[in-house]
Parts: sequence; C-alpha cells; structure tokens
Amino acid sequence: MTKYIRRAAAICLVLLVALLVNAARVQVFQAKRLRDNPADRRVAIQRYDRPRGDILVQGKPVTGSKDTKEPLRYERTYKNGPLYAPVTGYASQTYGTSFVEHAEDDVLSGTAPMLAPLPLWDDISRTQEPGGDVETTLNAAAQEAAFAGLGDKKGAVAAIDPTNGKILALVSTPSYDPGVISGTGSAAHDAWSTLNAASTKPMLNRAIRETYPPGSTFKVVTAAAALEQGVVDSIDTPTDTPDPYPLPGTSTELHNESASAACENATLEYALQVSCNTVFARLGVQVGLHGMVKAAEDFGFNDGGVRIPMTAARSNFDTDMDRSQLAMSSIGQFNTAATPLQMAMVAAAVANGGTIMRPHLVDRTTTHGGATVSTTGGSTYKQAMSPYTAAQLQRMMVDVVEKGTGANARIPGATVGGKTGTAQNGVHNEGTPYAWFLSYAQADDASAPQVAVAVVVEDASADRADISGGGNAAPIARAVMEAVLDHH
Amino acid sequence: MTGSTGSAGTKAPSPAVPAVRVPQRRGTELTLLVLAVLLSVYGYCHVGLAHDGTVPPGAAGYGAGLGVLALLAHAAVRFRAPYADPLLLPIAVLLNGLGLVLIYRLDLETPGDEAAPAQLVWSTLAVGLFIAFVLLLRDHRALQRYAYISVVAALLLMTLPIFFTSVNGARIWIRIGGLSIQPGEFAKILLAVFFASYLAANRNALRYTGRRIWRLQLPTMRVFAPILAIWLISVGVLVLETDLGTSLLFFGLFIVMLYVATGRGSWIAIGLVLAAVGAFVVASFEPHVHDRVENWLHPFASIDAGDGPSQLAQSLFAFAAGGMLGTGLGLGHSILIGFAAKSDFILATAGEELGLTGLTAIFLLYALVVERGYRAGLALRDPFGRLLAIGLASIVALQVFVIAGGVTGLIPLTGMAMPFLAQGGSSLVTNWVIVAILVRISDQARRSDPPEAVPSALGRAA
Repeated sequence: MTKYIRRAAAICLVLLVALLVNAARVQVFQAKRLRDNPADRRVAIQRYDRPRGDILVQGKPVTGSKDTKEPLRYERTYKNGPLYAPVTGYASQTYGTSFVEHAEDDVLSGTAPMLAPLPLWDDISRTQEPGGDVETTLNAAAQEAAFAGLGDKKGAVAAIDPTNGKILALVSTPSYDPGVISGTGSAAHDAWSTLNAASTKPMLNRAIRETYPPGSTFKVVTAAAALEQGVVDSIDTPTDTPDPYPLPGTSTELHNESASAACENATLEYALQVSCNTVFARLGVQVGLHGMVKAAEDFGFNDGGVRIPMTAARSNFDTDMDRSQLAMSSIGQFNTAATPLQMAMVAAAVANGGTIMRPHLVDRTTTHGGATVSTTGGSTYKQAMSPYTAAQLQRMMVDVVEKGTGANARIPGATVGGKTGTAQNGVHNEGTPYAWFLSYAQADDASAPQVAVAVVVEDASADRADISGGGNAAPIARAVMEAVLDHH
Repeated sequence: MTGSTGSAGTKAPSPAVPAVRVPQRRGTELTLLVLAVLLSVYGYCHVGLAHDGTVPPGAAGYGAGLGVLALLAHAAVRFRAPYADPLLLPIAVLLNGLGLVLIYRLDLETPGDEAAPAQLVWSTLAVGLFIAFVLLLRDHRALQRYAYISVVAALLLMTLPIFFTSVNGARIWIRIGGLSIQPGEFAKILLAVFFASYLAANRNALRYTGRRIWRLQLPTMRVFAPILAIWLISVGVLVLETDLGTSLLFFGLFIVMLYVATGRGSWIAIGLVLAAVGAFVVASFEPHVHDRVENWLHPFASIDAGDGPSQLAQSLFAFAAGGMLGTGLGLGHSILIGFAAKSDFILATAGEELGLTGLTAIFLLYALVVERGYRAGLALRDPFGRLLAIGLASIVALQVFVIAGGVTGLIPLTGMAMPFLAQGGSSLVTNWVIVAILVRISDQARRSDPPEAVPSALGRAA
C-alpha cells in the first residue's frame, strides 16, 4: 500500500504544481492584459480615489472635487461652470473628459510620470501622486466681460494676447454647468441627454468648434493679400473699382450695403473704413485664387491641427473656385468659414506686426505642491504678412474704429483697431445674419498691443435689420479689451 | 507532499522490537501557534491601518480570542495526543486566522452585511469540536465500528437539501432557525470513514480481477458494483442538487482511496472515463452546469456581449491586480466580485492583496497539511487508519484544487468552500474535525507503542 500512497501523493503534487503555474499565469504573465481590460473597474476606482487636480484662472481654482463616499469617490465640481465650460470642458465619471480636462487629464488625475519625483519607485511601491494643477492663460475679468456681454444671446468670444498667444478669454453661449454630468447614475445620465438634445447646443464650444462665414471681417485678410502681392501700390491709392461690381463670368452685380458710402474707385483705407464689398471682391479676384489661398492659409485657414490644447475646428477657404466664387469668398462669403478663434488670430496678426503666436490655454502645469511640471512658452505659429503690411493694416483698422463702422469699440486712453462684419447666413440669405467684430487694443502707455479679440453674435431673436457687427458685437469686444487693459 | 522523508516515512516498528524514543514536539507546536496568532493579529491590524488609518477597535479582542482558542486546542493535544504532528494545528490556526482577517477586510466594503462575527463564532465552535474529538476519540480505529452508520448518515445529509429551496442555482443548503448549514460538508468525513472501512475490509477481494479485454484488466462485478453505486450517487447529487463541486469531490475521493487500497491503476482510468462521461452528459442537459463550462472556456464572453464582467472575469481581474506582491491587505478591490466574494471567491482577495507571493504561501500551507496527512498514513500499520488518513488529506487536497483551480480559471468553476479561509460554518467545522482526526492518527503513527487493535464491524462481517 505504501507504494500506492506515494503515487497518490505524487498526484497531489501535480495538482499543486498545476495550481501554482496557473496562478503565475494569471497574476504575472497575463496580468497586464487582464489589468487593461476596460470592464475592470479598478482603473476607474483608482482614478477617482483621490481629489482631482484643479484648473486655475489667475491662481484661483475654478474647479473642485467632492467626496461622494461612493466607490468612485471623488467627483468633479465647478465653481462657475457655465462661464468656464468652453475652457475646462467636463470631467465625468460616466462620459469621460473634454477640452482642458481631457488634454491635461494625466496631470489632473495624477498619472503623469512627470508628477512623481521618482517614477520607478512609485511603480514598485504602488503609490500614486495626488493630482496636479493646471494654470490657464485666462484673464478672469476678460472672460466675465465676454460672458456678460453675450448675455442670453447665442455667440462666442475669443481673445488672445497678440505678443505671446495666450488666450485671455474663450466664451461660448449658451453654456452649461459641466458639474451636472460629473457623476454616475441617473441624474448625470438625464442631464447628459438633456444637454445633447437641446436645440441651442449648450455643449458646443462655439469659440473653437463652430465655423461661421466671417463676412466683412475677412476683408482684413484680403487687404493683407492685396498689399503683400502688390496688387495695390498703397492704401491711399484709389482702386479702379466700379460700383456695383459685376461678378466675373456672371451677369450678377455685387452691391454695397451702404448706399451713402462712396465705394467707386475708393482707396483701400476708405474701403475698409466703410466696408466696401465691391473693392475687396475685385481685389480678391485680382490677387487670384492661388494668392488668396496662400494669404488665407498664412493666417491659419485650412489648418485642422491647431491645438490649444484641444483641437480647434478647421477654418475654411476653398482652394478650387471660379472667379465669381473667389470674389464672394474674398468678402467672407461663399464657402469661407472661420472659428472666432481664427478671426482673433487675424486681429492678433495685424496687432503683432504680422506674426501669429501659437494660441494656447495652458500656461503651466504644477504638482499638487506647486512645483512647476511644464510651461508653455510663446512660440511662433505663422508669419501672416510682413511687418510693413501689418503696420498699414493697423492704420486702416484704427481708422475703422475712429472714423468708420467700428465706433462702438473706442476706448479712451488706448489705440484700438477693429473691423466689423455682418455675414449673411442660410441658403438664400434668409437666416439671421451673424454679427462679427474683430479688434485689438493697446493702452497709450503700453509698449505693445495687449489684446486681440473676435466676437460673433448669432442671435436669432433679434430683428434682421438690427444685426450688425458694429452694433451688436463691437460693444462686447470693447468690454473685453477694457477688462484686459484695466488688468495691465 | 511527495510522501515521506526520513524515519517517519518508514514502516512503523513492530511491537516486538523496542522502539526509538520519538520526540513529542509540543514545544515546536506552541512556538508555531504563537507565530500563527501573531501573524493573524498583524494582518487584522494591517487591514484597519491600510483601510481607515487606525488599528481596528476589535484587534485586541480578536487576538485574545484566537490566542485562547489556539492555546486550548494546544492543551488538548498536549494532554491527549502528545505525539501528534506539530504542524497540523498551527497551520489550521493560521489559515483560520487569515480567513477571519480576509472576511473582516471584506466586511469593511459591505457595511450592514458583516460576516466576520459569525465566522468567529463558528471558529469557536469548530475549535471546540476539534478539542472534543482530540479528547474523546482515543483511537481512530473506533471510527471503524461506525462505518455503516456513517454511510447512512452521509446519504441522509446529502439528500436533505433536496427538500429545501435552491440558492443561487445550487440546492445544498438547509435552513434551521437563522442558520444556513451545508450538510454535504459533514458527509465528506462520514464518507471517508465509510470508504476507509469498506476498502480496508475488502481490499484483498477487490484485488481479484475479472475478465481481461485486450489490455484492460476488468474488475469483477462484485467489485465493480460498489464503484458504479458511488458513481451513480455522485451523478445523483450533481443532478438533484446541481452541486458540481461536491460531486467531483466525492468521486475523486473514492477513486483515490480505491487506488491506494488496491493498487489498480485501471481504477483511475475507469474512474476518469466515468467522470468524464458523467460530466459530459450532465453538462449537456443541465443548463447550470453547462453555463459553468461555457464561462470557464470564455470568461470574458459576457463583457463582449455587453453584460459586464462575469464573476469569474472579476475574479481573474482581482488576481491580475494583485500581481507578484499584491496591493497590500485592505487596499484591493476584490469586493467587485460581488456575491460570494467572502466565501467561494475568498481566494481572489488573498490573490489581489497578498499577490502571487502570498497565494503561493497559502497553497504551500495546504500542501503541508496534505503532506502531513499522507505522512501519518504512511507511518501507520493498520489499513483502516492508513486509508482514513489518505482519505482525509485527499479531501483537503481536492477541495483546494477544485475551488482554487475554479477561481483562477484552471478548471470550470464549482461552488466549494476554500478550507478554513472561506466564510461558512459547515465547511469550517468539517475541516477542523478533519484536522482533529489527522492529529489523532498522527499521534498514533508517531507513538512508539501503538494501542491494541479494535475489532472492526466490517472486518468481522468480511
């Protein structure tokens, strides 16, 4: 019997070895694959078991974290959700993250290797760093001014510091409170459904994710193209433009909005001041398709890869058009479409001597303790035009504010350049037009322009005739610029 | 587990030859017991510190309770079984203590559903039974007299739950008052006693072989009939109670004991064929068993189907989360397994929080218990004692393999309690009684003067 007992013991040994080998398979060899399975809630539990880092505006957090005592412990809160939603985005336990919450998630959630003084040790000891903070470039006063200015109208504002690309304000209305979708459960689910179903699209970031026909504000780009390509000798030379201007290859005649404006043979400077369609449509045709496309792209059009850090929508200037379409495109109609951020970059290019600095929202990231993890310095995005052309455009845009359609943007004690726009909307222009205003400002005692801003108002409730860039959009731009100048 | 090493494994000296004085080793046992209790208390405190930042309020009471139980058991062994194997009791205390720690740890995640206090009561009861067995069972051969009573009682206990409602797909519980009892657990010991008795009495007859077909030596019908009966009962248990684990355990136990008693390798072959046929047939018409097999083959199918992870998938996640060193006690999330996290899936908590290192240690502790049982079996001379020791040790080995293999995806998952660790009073009591009998047998095996043989009811009948 002894022999058989030993054989039975050997079988037990085989069973033991089988258990150990299989345990090693599950816990070591296949562990990584199992841990990466999205159905395993451990990742989520670990992610939310510490307060999320905060997003700061001028050193003050605009976000927070709430201990829910639930398995997914900490939930995102927002101090002034609707005001900053186009910047922060949301950080939801159910629906993931967006915008800065998404782009800087590894810092905010504490998983960025840069947060740990000794990353390898953290791996071994399984400790995780607390979430780091993200300091934005925003100017709280400018953000609030833009938000208050838009009020209950639909629209968006983007403001940039032209000298370094810092985004000072990024507002989209109507907005929403991202805090309502932070958690799990039916409340978050219902809020998400309501927000997505709403016809006003409150979660749409109109400042960077919606494109509008830029209308007359695009004349700044056309003017830059004409000056750069030498189509006009100077801004004071009369252009040989008929009024009305027959669109090439068609029997259609292009008129000007204002009958009182003397657009026939107007100089470039005067044409911009009173926003002559005829002059700029003809100049665009004279520059030619290739030249106009190049000019537009030098300002950032047709670039779908602008990250601020979230990706801005591609602003469009068609590359294949006949001459009549090119004429309409050159006054910001036809298929030309731009985000408010893009138009703010146009204003910033003029203000900054032709150089567009890369627009960005994140100034720096820090550890929970405040040690800097990374900083975003100013870097050049594109050279839109020569400094000389930029200087000429500055003169023209200042004239627009001081003598022309942009009078509502005047600020005492500061030099303000601007351009209005009223873009037609809809297939047969039956929609309410969009009111545009883009501008820049420099206080008299400042050495460089401090702010470039673009405002779009798409208010369906207003009477069509009352919509105009100078009337609806310019006061908002002025409020934003004043907020920035006061701050300096 | 590889059988014996050294003197204890050789045949026990014949009474005629003066025996070498065997050391009692009670001091070793006491030292190991102190270590086992300290280790458990450390684990208990660690859970509290890691989870809430404070030592749990009941730490002192828990340590004192476990210590007193261990000391009382030790005193009983010292008094009545002074030559007993010094490893069995400390390992049982350590595993029981660790089980309490793990259950307490999981209780922290399920406020309002605390299992640790009840488990502590059951532990007390189980150790009480251990002490009673060590004190009252002076000679394991006394059990041989109760062979037929044992088998009748075992069958009764096994059929009892059929009259109660099924819980989570298995009909293995009976409810008395507020207590849930699994009678099948106690039947394990009774069946081992019966098998040992029957096989010891009939092993010579069982060695006779019948016809030889090709290269297969067939047993005679007289031998084959009981095997068939046991197989039918096992399948009956499986079908009526849908309890795959117990069925597997009974059958495996019988095959191992039959092999040890007769040395016929063909038993194992026939047994495996019968088991495979039985399992296949039952799996093909019993949806509960079929699901288990499907889940084993495709543990993540429910995730792909959008129904979320199955319990087995959650269990695998827990083991994987533990990795080599584990998350540390109190820091894992094995509670995600949900239902049965404290009972059938308790090993997943050990795997996640103690890692492969801790899991290996636990497996080796069980292996030591089995090895010590086998060693006692080798050292004994009477066939009943040998078979009983092998049977009881094999019960532990099979239980560990079936449930540990199940929760780690090695074999289809079957509901079975991890000995000593899992929540559940019936299993705890049963395993403590197993250890008590093994202590008694090892005491007799290591004694230099074995007591007089006790006549066996079955032996006389044969």
